[in-house]
Amino acid sequence: MDKNENEKQDFGKLVLQEVTGESPKAKIQKRSVWQVIQIPFLAILTGLIIGAILIVATSQTVWTAFAESIWKGFSTAGKELGTAYWALAEGSLGNIVTQIKAVSSGDDAAIRAAFNPFLESLVQSTPYIFAGLACALGFRAGLFNIGVEGQLFMGGIFATYVGYSITGLPPYIHAPLAFLAGALGGAVWGMIPGLLKATTGGHEVINCIMMNYIAYRLTAFLLTGPMTRPSVAGMPLSPIIEKSAEIPQFFPSPIRFHLGFFIALGFAFLVWWILFKTTWGLNLRVVGANTRAAKYAGLNITKTTIIGMAMSGALAGMAGANEVLAVNHSMATSLSSGYGFDSIALALLGNSHPVGVILAAMLFGVLKNGATRMMVVSKIPIDIVTIIQALILIFVAAPPIIRAIYRLKAPKKEVATAVTLSGWGRNK
Amino acid sequence: MSRKLLVALSALLVVVFALSACAPAATPTEAPVVETEAPVVATTEAPTEPAIVFKACEVTDTGGVDDKSFNATAWKGATDAQEQLGIEAKYLESKEVADFEKNINAFIEEKCDIIITVGFLLSDATVAAAEANPDVKFSIVDQGYDTVYPNIVSQVFQTDEAAFLAGYLSAGVTKTGKVGTFGGMNIPTVSIFMDGFARGVAYYNEVHGTAVETLGWNTETAEGLFTNDFSDQQKGREMAVTLMDEGADIILPVAGPVGLGAAAAIQERGNAYIIGVDSDWYLTAPEYAAIELTSVMKLMDGTTFSVIKSALDGTYTGGKIIGTLENGGVALADFHDLSSIVPDELKAELETVKAAIIAGEIELNPVYQQ
Repeated sequence: MDKNENEKQDFGKLVLQEVTGESPKAKIQKRSVWQVIQIPFLAILTGLIIGAILIVATSQTVWTAFAESIWKGFSTAGKELGTAYWALAEGSLGNIVTQIKAVSSGDDAAIRAAFNPFLESLVQSTPYIFAGLACALGFRAGLFNIGVEGQLFMGGIFATYVGYSITGLPPYIHAPLAFLAGALGGAVWGMIPGLLKATTGGHEVINCIMMNYIAYRLTAFLLTGPMTRPSVAGMPLSPIIEKSAEIPQFFPSPIRFHLGFFIALGFAFLVWWILFKTTWGLNLRVVGANTRAAKYAGLNITKTTIIGMAMSGALAGMAGANEVLAVNHSMATSLSSGYGFDSIALALLGNSHPVGVILAAMLFGVLKNGATRMMVVSKIPIDIVTIIQALILIFVAAPPIIRAIYRLKAPKKEVATAVTLSGWGRNK
Repeated sequence: MSRKLLVALSALLVVVFALSACAPAATPTEAPVVETEAPVVATTEAPTEPAIVFKACEVTDTGGVDDKSFNATAWKGATDAQEQLGIEAKYLESKEVADFEKNINAFIEEKCDIIITVGFLLSDATVAAAEANPDVKFSIVDQGYDTVYPNIVSQVFQTDEAAFLAGYLSAGVTKTGKVGTFGGMNIPTVSIFMDGFARGVAYYNEVHGTAVETLGWNTETAEGLFTNDFSDQQKGREMAVTLMDEGADIILPVAGPVGLGAAAAIQERGNAYIIGVDSDWYLTAPEYAAIELTSVMKLMDGTTFSVIKSALDGTYTGGKIIGTLENGGVALADFHDLSSIVPDELKAELETVKAAIIAGEIELNPVYQQ
């Protein structure tokens, strides 16, 4: 293991120690925490600034106001922006005034309603956590799993099938069974590119992309054929899953907050534990960091690659299973609008560390959920949030831009991108 | 990198922080802003009724609001209502299944007076929301239910009536004695076009003693030609070439944008015509105007408009609106540039046939009865 690897490990411990507050060396390490988070933090800030400029620049009202007078233009721009970002915040985190009022009134329904925006953000971030973990685990093992989207669909299909075809099971068996079926579906789909890489040397990126196409078409075939809902025969829609297969939601409708979020956190912990606390996880990271060295050290590259891809696929499958079992309760061809691809970026934003992935996933969930409110209130298209997300990721992926803007000194070693870059073209 | 740049960037930062500080400051004024905005909209657009704040809100399916198909057409109905009735129209686009419920809930929270959902994918979410919120009015486009819900209006379309006219027209215009059709998938909302079309051709044969043949759909077996795809234009091109090779000189493609591939193939060959579906293709795909004989239209904007109007004037009741030839919910588009190739007596006959369908004198396939 080289020095770089050590630094990565340090970062992992460090964030956790920060979170749990148990670090004996917290004072010494505080500065380097800032170093680690400064790029993501400034990237988010810059993304929001440019997003603001776009919102103002594309607003017809602002242009009309500018035509009248410059002062009016600026005040209108400020007002538009205030409304938009306020709606973004209110829609994703809730209105603090309403929340305080609700809590002090002690009315259950009011409290639930006041905190629903935040809970909904967590609902939105759950599939991101699973999918982000899948990518992060892949990156750690030196594998670029771009097939998360396809694995997610297979997870959804497997979970749906177990969810509606088996009846009469008690919920505490049926729901876990369906969820694990989803994990299995993803694992199988992820293992195939892993096998191909280990045995034939076929690059996992290409094979994963191809497996994505197969997964989409297979899903469409199954949903219009063998797995179609009889009442709408032929339409690409599955039957509704049994009540016993549902991952429970905690509150009555319209609050969708469900157990899946905590399951995701549990798996994040598990991934962290496997990666950083087990010998096997160490092997995985060593293979990821330097295949030749790992081979020289006598590690079984073939086995690690196959199992690494299968585990990554299983996590991706869980993302699909989670969406079906906890939120949608049936499967359609539009299960995901790109969780699998966003998660690649998300893992990068989170530095391929489970804690980073959770935080990045929550950022994505918050932005995505707040965008709906922003659209309702100020009619700014949801796409603007996609642009903001994209900008943030560009800045994270290219730290020199941020350093140039904010005049930061470059660190001696590139911590943020090393994990990802090691995924390319190593195992030859 | 000069010192000036640094100063400029710092200034930018300050502005940004000032702006981000502005946002929370909007807290107390936020509610009034919404309230003052609505009357302003209402007064500029409907000066006679300044007090109306009526919100019609559309949740699209994954096609998005600019899909040039039913999402867009339904949204046109909402914007028409905005212009003519002085209401406020809003929409939310769904990117995936999980968005349906979220978007409907966002509109319920927004206290929309009527929520319009588009397409069969939203059918579950619409029923669930309607049952949980009995005092919110809903309307779903292009989806029927067996049960009648008091707060859902289904907008369904007797499309075969208009397709029947298209078939009759084609049989009268064809030179080769063969016309063709193909679909995107063998599902009722698609095959209803093909079945009506084939029956229209058969009716022409019956009236005129001709033997015009319909390729691509068999009314007896309910089977036909399908691309099994709603997006790949290449497949539409292949289908059109096959049908033309078989001798068809008028083609009705029922597969959304796939039909544009067929239009391209026909335009290249130059000796056949195409019939558009859903909207008037002369307007939505003007590049093929030279070969567009007519279009079989589902006018969801009309039905959406009338549902919004009923909710506004208090005549709204749950159930369904069936778009027919009679109420203009389905129609045959104008012949536009190709009006000259349709004989005047055929045009007159079409009017007679239309009247006969409306009067119920011509029987269509009961399977597709909405």
